[in-house]
Amino acid sequence: MDKLFDPKYFNDELAIEGFGSQELTKFLDAMILIRKAEEKLAENIENGVIKCPCHLGVGQEAIAVGVSSVLRNSDKVFGAHRSHSHFLALNSDLDGLFSEVLGKESGSSKGMGGSMHLIDRSVGFEGSVPIVSATIPIATGAALAAKLNKKGEVAVAYFGDGATEEGAFHESLNLASTHKLPVLYICENNLFSSHLHISLRQPSQRIARFAESHLIESATLDGNNVTEISKHCQKAVDKIRNTNRPYFLELITYRWKGHVGYREDMDVGVKRKEDLLVWRNRDPIRRLELALINSKTLTQDSINDIHASIDFRIKESWKRAIDGVFPEKNNLLDLVYSKK
Amino acid sequence: MKREISYAEGILEAFNYLLTNHQNVFVIGQGLWSPWYVGASMKDLDVKYGKERVIDSPVSELAVTGAAVGASICGYRPVVVHPRMDFMVLAIDQIVNQAAKWRHMFGGKSIAPVTIRGIINRGGEQGAQHSQALHSWFAHVPGLRVVMPATADDARDLLVASVLSDDPVMFIDDRWCYEHKSQVVDIEPVRLDSVEPRVLKEGNDVTILGIGYSSLLCLEASTNLEKDGISAEVIDLRILNPIKVKNILKSVEKTKRFVVVDGGWTNCGMAGELIARVMENISISDLSASPKRVTLTDAPAPTSSNLEEDYYTKSVDIEQVVKTMF
Ligand SMILES: Cc1ncc(C[n+]2csc(CCOP(=O)(O)OP(=O)(O)O)c2C)c(N)n1
Ligand SMILES: [Mg+2]
Repeated sequence: MDKLFDPKYFNDELAIEGFGSQELTKFLDAMILIRKAEEKLAENIENGVIKCPCHLGVGQEAIAVGVSSVLRNSDKVFGAHRSHSHFLALNSDLDGLFSEVLGKESGSSKGMGGSMHLIDRSVGFEGSVPIVSATIPIATGAALAAKLNKKGEVAVAYFGDGATEEGAFHESLNLASTHKLPVLYICENNLFSSHLHISLRQPSQRIARFAESHLIESATLDGNNVTEISKHCQKAVDKIRNTNRPYFLELITYRWKGHVGYREDMDVGVKRKEDLLVWRNRDPIRRLELALINSKTLTQDSINDIHASIDFRIKESWKRAIDGVFPEKNNLLDLVYSKK
Repeated sequence: MKREISYAEGILEAFNYLLTNHQNVFVIGQGLWSPWYVGASMKDLDVKYGKERVIDSPVSELAVTGAAVGASICGYRPVVVHPRMDFMVLAIDQIVNQAAKWRHMFGGKSIAPVTIRGIINRGGEQGAQHSQALHSWFAHVPGLRVVMPATADDARDLLVASVLSDDPVMFIDDRWCYEHKSQVVDIEPVRLDSVEPRVLKEGNDVTILGIGYSSLLCLEASTNLEKDGISAEVIDLRILNPIKVKNILKSVEKTKRFVVVDGGWTNCGMAGELIARVMENISISDLSASPKRVTLTDAPAPTSSNLEEDYYTKSVDIEQVVKTMF
């Protein structure tokens, strides 16, 4: 367990037994897409084209890809401020993300929300918002709806370690446990909330202890291991669907960029280069690539092809987003209320 | 001796003054150990006064605010810092139900002299949940003093007055003011309950009342209006609760025209309240034009740059409204 928090460990190739080459390639594809999409955003934050605040999750791609691999479009997924990966892992909709970040009409929220307010209901992505912890009770409510409608839906709440310091988190776990609600809580424990390490905010760095106190089944896993996350989530989600009980998954990871914006060497005024260097060895993408090459599932050449084709998609999508139009002015008032 | 300071420096000076001269003052909130969080307005306080008195907190607005209320009841003078007013909403029970009522409901036997610093941080395509100016909400609550400085000297002196007040105070500063500069002398603490609306600029033809950052816009507008031959008197409200209306009335009686500019929404906002206060105390026949307000459209803040451009008030919007009154 302690090794999960020590970046010296978990740096080797992933175990891929039990996964077909198609599925593994999909994982790789999805993680590279997210990584490169966020690098594109970073580049355009730095050069001033993007103005809206962006919280990048570079380094944390395995979580969204692993979790999404077991979800149905009818499930209800909620994100937070750092949710580009949650969105893209479900829909690969680069255009929807890029346009939204630029405030364009073709964005996922019609340009009304920006990076911190993404939505795609067609794949069950019910929304992401930057008020820390806010979607934890909302996802719990989606689970209540799922329990009532008996359609076998699962609600998913993604949140960070910092969010577990808010009362709403604890109240939600109690509610879900007491009332047996089908919700999967995914805590992306990247050890930081903004500039503050978890040791300065909590008496223990293991978040799953909160699930235990609410009698919610839980696990703490390597958040940079897409195959393990996928396998574990499959079991968890099956269990949730069968029992209507919540499940709590804590995934240990690390973000490579500062809290907000494009910089790597600086985090809200705090220098962080050395720590980051060590944690980068736990790169979720490189570890999967190694496994794929060593097992002869893919060659380096075919991996290069994947990179090149995603580069192309990103370039084209970015161009479309830049060329897109801004929302009509009447949206400001017309969207405030429904018509009935 | 007079010297010039910025609004952000004013706040920093107030904290230095309070932490140096009052051992029962401490500061708690998110970002206090990061030099980037609240502009330069709290820079290095943790280094100077120690991390026991300048406390960076977990992401727990409710508990942190409540803890400050509790410490204030027990003899301390805490300042809770919410780097963005939108996050402070999570702490509303402690502010509205607890601190604001404490003295009254216990028959004056106990007080909760906490200062809650809520920062307005808007613009820059930050969107609906990172842009709000909720001062009117708080001004609605009896027992809670609400202070909103527009100028650098007030940012400093009213923060000191807020912390030294025996009542709970919501001190609201606006990131858009941080570069504003004033001439100041050394700190001479004033009593918060003696602070009145302040005439920032004298004029004869119209009274333009601003609140917080809006007061700076009013000054800008008044300069431009001069070119059109309109002499505007600009008043900065400064204290939103309890309201003192005397200076405002005096001005409106002179100019016979009254405009309120507020960076909050229109419905149930400060601007409407101020117009009502003036109208209740003045004879309509004494006015040369109906009073007007310049406020935000009743819609959440958009992110898209083209909508944001229209959303926030600019001085030209004030000028246009004023011109319709002549
Ligand atoms: C209620 C609230 N408080 C504070 C903030 C400011 N804030 C935004 S993100 C963040 C860090 C949250 O950390 P964590 O939940 O671990 O997510 P991470 O940033 O690590 O992904 C904070 C404090 C906020 N957005 N909302
Ligand atoms: Mg975190």
